[in-house]
Amino acid sequence: MKLRGIAGFGPAFVLAVGLLAFWELYVRSSQISPAVLPTPTGIVQALIDNWDVISVHTLQTLLETVLGMAAATLLGLLLAALLDISSWTRRAIYPLLVTSQTIPMIALAPLLLIWFGFDLGPKVLVVTLYCFFPIAVACADGLASADPELMKLLRSMRASRWQALWLVRLPGAMPSFFSGLRIAATYSVTGAIFGEYVGGFQGLGIYMETAANSHVIVLVFAAILVTAVLSLLLFGLVSLIERIALPWYHSTARRIG
Amino acid sequence: MDPPKLLVQGVTKTYRDGRRSLEALAPIDLAIATGEFVSIIGPSGCGKSTLFNMIAGVEKASSGVIAIDGNAEEARAGKSGYMPQQPLLLPWRTIEENVMLGLDIRHTPRKQAQQEAYELLKRFGLADFAQDYPATLSGGMRQRIALLRTVLFNHDFLLLDEPFGALDALTRLSSQVWLLDLWQEYHASVLFITHDVREAILLSDRIYVFSARPGRVLRIVEVDLPRPRQPVQLAWAQSIQLEQELVTLLLKEQKA
Repeated sequence: MKLRGIAGFGPAFVLAVGLLAFWELYVRSSQISPAVLPTPTGIVQALIDNWDVISVHTLQTLLETVLGMAAATLLGLLLAALLDISSWTRRAIYPLLVTSQTIPMIALAPLLLIWFGFDLGPKVLVVTLYCFFPIAVACADGLASADPELMKLLRSMRASRWQALWLVRLPGAMPSFFSGLRIAATYSVTGAIFGEYVGGFQGLGIYMETAANSHVIVLVFAAILVTAVLSLLLFGLVSLIERIALPWYHSTARRIG
Repeated sequence: MDPPKLLVQGVTKTYRDGRRSLEALAPIDLAIATGEFVSIIGPSGCGKSTLFNMIAGVEKASSGVIAIDGNAEEARAGKSGYMPQQPLLLPWRTIEENVMLGLDIRHTPRKQAQQEAYELLKRFGLADFAQDYPATLSGGMRQRIALLRTVLFNHDFLLLDEPFGALDALTRLSSQVWLLDLWQEYHASVLFITHDVREAILLSDRIYVFSARPGRVLRIVEVDLPRPRQPVQLAWAQSIQLEQELVTLLLKEQKA
């Protein structure tokens, strides 16, 4: 990281600023009313003006997201462990796991509401259901990808199954686990907002819905902006934890890269 | 008289895949006395690595007897220091932690294991790298670290499978001299696989030449060069003659 890492974001930053500038100029120079398509500066202004209300909703969404991610991580790890027990459990569980992902959330979310009410629970559950799959699959694949030659070496040293898991396979699976976690982090905030959208009292999803219903489009955009920033922050947080937890992985990657 | 370090009698290996079966090793007889350095040389796919896996206890022989220290009954895993072709260092462990892997598996207390690993690294001139990660080392260094990991686990009996096969010529030569130093220090019994005739001559007391698959022993050659060995001995007339003999034999097998 340091300067070189930040410089790596340069092109993306330039592109984003360019697109926003185009957007701003286009709206200002054309006949479009800002009430229909607000300008980027107008969105930021509206966000600042309404921050006291938006911040409350943001905190609610953040709480759901973090709880959901924590539950998804536990569930993902548990499933990865089950997949890893034997080829039999893998063959039994894997197809069901993939099938579970074909259930449309738009059909499931209202049911969760009916079963578990309008409180925090169903939203956390929606986030969990969105996020556990990439974690479980990435972690299970990471465990399964241990070098067979390395396993042979361990057997020649009379290592037990647990030692092989603890000393070699688990640490070796950590980079995959973090990849899954990063994917989950990008989904998670959207998942929470979707859960709120279906029914609730508080959160960015509710705020967006209310703003849209009252045709205050600039506030819908303000909520979208907060959502994007929140997702990026979570993604960054996971990457930061990975860097701290796996110093060896990043020193290796730098060398290869 | 003590039993030999390793005795292999009539060992065969046949792989079965459904109806088809592949004979990897014809009956093999082989023996290593305590403190002896013995090499196996042969064309690719002659079953050398299969034999190694069986001696290391990670594969079962289809028939025959393998005895370490005269004991053919007990499980063989853990009774040899087995080093595969790739160094297989764990990237998340420092060099020192990699070297002590075998002690971790034996539940040696961490402090003691660390100390033993460090002493070994120091003795063989690698102490400066103790706290580095493997990714920062060159191929030759990684191979030496893997060898020290093997030695710390078991320095009586080493099974080395082409440890220097992937190294450039100069690094290989310095690694060979380094290995001889290590072998003398521990009076280890060594079984060494190689493709390289000169390497086999420089290092070994005895060379087994294997045939193409199914592998069997074509010839057994005693190497009468005085010890301690020096690379310059490879230029001696008797070495060159032996080298030519073995190369001719192997070329014939390669064609077959």
